[in-house]
Amino acid sequence: MKTIHVSTTVNGDAAEFICGPDESLLDVLRNRLGLTGAKEGCGTGDCGACSVMLDGRLVCSCLVLGAEAEGVTVDTIEGLAEGDHLHPLQQSFIDHAALQCGVCTPGILVAAKALLDRNPDPTETEVRYWLAGNLCRCTGYDKIIHAVMDAAKTMRAA
Amino acid sequence: MALDNTGQRVFKVVGTRPPRPDGVDKVTGRALYGADMSAPGMLVAHILRSPHAHAEIVSIDTSAAEALQGVKAVVTAADFTPQEDEYLDDILVNCLARDKVLYDGHAVAAVAATSADVAKAALKLIKVEYRKLPHVTDVDAAMRPDAPIVQSGRSLETVPEGMSENVTSHCEFGHGDLEAGFAKADLIIERSFTTAATHQGYIEPHACLATMGADGKGDLWCCTQGQYNVRSICADLLGIEASQLRVTASEIGGGFGGKTTVFIEPVALALSRKSGRPVKIVMSRSEVFLATGPTVSSSTDVKIGMTKDGRITAGQAHLRYSGGAFPCGTVDMGAQAAFAAYDLEAVQTLGWNALTNRPKEAAYRAPGAPQAIYAVESVVDELCQQLGLDPLEVRLKNAARKGTKSSYGPTFDDIGLMATLEAAKAHPHYSAPLGENQGRGLSAGFWFNFGGNTCVTLNVNTDGTVGITEGNPDIGGSRAAISQMAAEELGIPYDKIRTIVADTSSLGHNDVTDGSRVTFSVGLATIKAARDAISKMCSRAAQIWGIDEEAVVWEDGAACPAGPNAGKFPPMTLAEIAAVSFNTGGPIAGHYEFNADGAGVSFGVHLVDVEVDRETGGTKVLRYTVFQDAGKAVHPSYVEGQMQGGAVQGIGWALNEEYIYGEDGRLQNPGFLDYRIPVASDLPKIDTVILEIPNPGHPYGVRGVGETPIVPPLAALSNAVSRAIGKRLHSLPMSPPRILKALSEA
Ligand code: FES
Ligand code: FES
Repeated sequence: MKTIHVSTTVNGDAAEFICGPDESLLDVLRNRLGLTGAKEGCGTGDCGACSVMLDGRLVCSCLVLGAEAEGVTVDTIEGLAEGDHLHPLQQSFIDHAALQCGVCTPGILVAAKALLDRNPDPTETEVRYWLAGNLCRCTGYDKIIHAVMDAAKTMRAA
Repeated sequence: MALDNTGQRVFKVVGTRPPRPDGVDKVTGRALYGADMSAPGMLVAHILRSPHAHAEIVSIDTSAAEALQGVKAVVTAADFTPQEDEYLDDILVNCLARDKVLYDGHAVAAVAATSADVAKAALKLIKVEYRKLPHVTDVDAAMRPDAPIVQSGRSLETVPEGMSENVTSHCEFGHGDLEAGFAKADLIIERSFTTAATHQGYIEPHACLATMGADGKGDLWCCTQGQYNVRSICADLLGIEASQLRVTASEIGGGFGGKTTVFIEPVALALSRKSGRPVKIVMSRSEVFLATGPTVSSSTDVKIGMTKDGRITAGQAHLRYSGGAFPCGTVDMGAQAAFAAYDLEAVQTLGWNALTNRPKEAAYRAPGAPQAIYAVESVVDELCQQLGLDPLEVRLKNAARKGTKSSYGPTFDDIGLMATLEAAKAHPHYSAPLGENQGRGLSAGFWFNFGGNTCVTLNVNTDGTVGITEGNPDIGGSRAAISQMAAEELGIPYDKIRTIVADTSSLGHNDVTDGSRVTFSVGLATIKAARDAISKMCSRAAQIWGIDEEAVVWEDGAACPAGPNAGKFPPMTLAEIAAVSFNTGGPIAGHYEFNADGAGVSFGVHLVDVEVDRETGGTKVLRYTVFQDAGKAVHPSYVEGQMQGGAVQGIGWALNEEYIYGEDGRLQNPGFLDYRIPVASDLPKIDTVILEIPNPGHPYGVRGVGETPIVPPLAALSNAVSRAIGKRLHSLPMSPPRILKALSEA
């Protein structure tokens, strides 16, 4: 099969890769760029574990083609912290015990950041609906919602 | 030396909420799960699965697949030696079908190739000739004498004559005179219930990376709840020695019991052995639904008698479970758990397991208990409704307590059911007003909890820090709890300790992370390993001071001289003793190994308010409160997390989740779109109330907490819905179509 050469920006750095025309962005990130933070929970857009930002939009990377990254920016969980300085959402998830197994956590953090970027003061209901596409089987969501609300508060105060 | 002073002990670290040691890894994407590992020269394998519910495999021709460019190995059942041990052989046949395919999705062959595309293309070239056989997926149908036989010759002698050969086992528990008990009742209610099979629904699909050379040495990386169990099963199935196979547990993305066995691991090892290359297998979500551990499906009859003032006079349950296409012992646990919350004079439970053309059951959080307790708690609730009694008062009146002879045999020691019920009664939730189409439900729940084989090593580093090596994958914060218990015992700060989960070559055997055993058993072993290290540190201090070992005690993280003849020496801290350890006899370590007993049973009570939409049949959970006895909550946040997560899994089971089979015996909803687990917007806050009734079997009073919380939601929701719509449903899930049907029959 003919491969495609793609030039893109991942977490602020220029990146290049070759991929198949039917290869998902998730597979490219995980298998070609070594960024295994985004997880495949379903491969069909139903779990949100693969959430990344594509050109500032929250997407399920399992539903995006690697080729679509050409010329745009991709932001993943690996780019959320600045060096050894955790993002307030990351710190809040640790402080609130908002993860058990943690496999949903990268996707939920990316999605939660996308929410707070557009709505710094969401209601609990807004958080619950925004994260409705991110499945977590361990926590019952309670501590996740708290952690997001609390991080939003911290970020508003900063 | 530290003492077992349960009840009076003032804890410094236990009971606090420090950040978990693996937190940063898991919020930055750095933590490595099953599918995140790769190796140089790695091949990718895919698995061919049965399109039929039940068929004979007439022939398999893999030659065209093998000839495809890039294919490096193909395996089928023919590459494995059948096992004499039935338990092992069932696992093997489940990994790769031998003569028959037993369910839709049953694995038939596997291909390892240089890329996923090549492996998938090769699967299409494998020619399997099937002869379709009649199938059965319903447990009641499977028990009838004329049912299609799933596997013959698998019935135990305990099964009464005249039943289908599909019935593999029968069990019976109870005590007292049932007839006399029912004769004393003012009201007897007898009802039948069914529950659908559900899946554990862990977000991480099964994944592994296997390397095996021509020298017979193997390495396996996989997501599992028990690396030692994986090692012993794989070593047996591949005919190698356990010492030659090292299994490393990756971080695990949820298990809930479903990752306590193997599916792809022996296949990956066999492919690696054949190809001489590392082989990775990652299941797709549909493979996870089709071929890994759902729960049993169940059909249960319950009969309970009650006096007008709410005393239960007798209880009886007949439980029919199906654990899929292989014999399954889960019904035994259901039959034991069914009436565990009650102090009864007369009780009897009978259970049967029947084979069906469904995937092999795997444990799911308190396996067998939710289905049984759902049926019992539903009938108790209906008795309360008909007799006009308060359901909480009735449970208090009949609750099992210390000294109760349990319905499954043992007499209870200190248990927390009464305290849990009292807490529910006193909680504002219980008396809050309800609106139209709303109902409140409650249910008690129970789980045995297990201990099991455990071993822990604790190394004291020369800089005064401590490393703990344990052997149970951390499924929800156990590294934090273990570090806390070590810090408590040693008297050093939590952040001076690092706990790691060992591979199978680095530590002795540890049973699987199951039975809510880890915080209890590994915690206990950690405390004992710490005491072992403390006694060594005391002896080093005695040596330095030139006094008797017996004249040294351990207080607040330091050795201190004690007693009239000890002399006056300033205390030596752990760090000070560690710093000079190379001059006083060498490195200092503590170790403990045992088969833990005394896990201490666990009870919980759940309260739920729902509102039913009469037009759509949808049920909205408005308020939810979990009350549970944790013995001692080591890290309360993770205890709450278990209570909340279990409750929500139970809510999913009660309202939505089910394996749906078509007429053709094929699974119709193998994906998260059609098998709908609860999402954040479905749920309210899940409130938690932790009770602490110390477990006499643990120095800090710890009980397992992980499984009990999935037990009560099924009946609690059903009872709430029945009160909201004035009509009782007898089947789970109470999906909108079922509720609409019940309403239209009203
Ligand atoms: S893996 Fe992309 S949504 Fe589940
Ligand atoms: S923490 Fe396990 S799936 Fe969310």
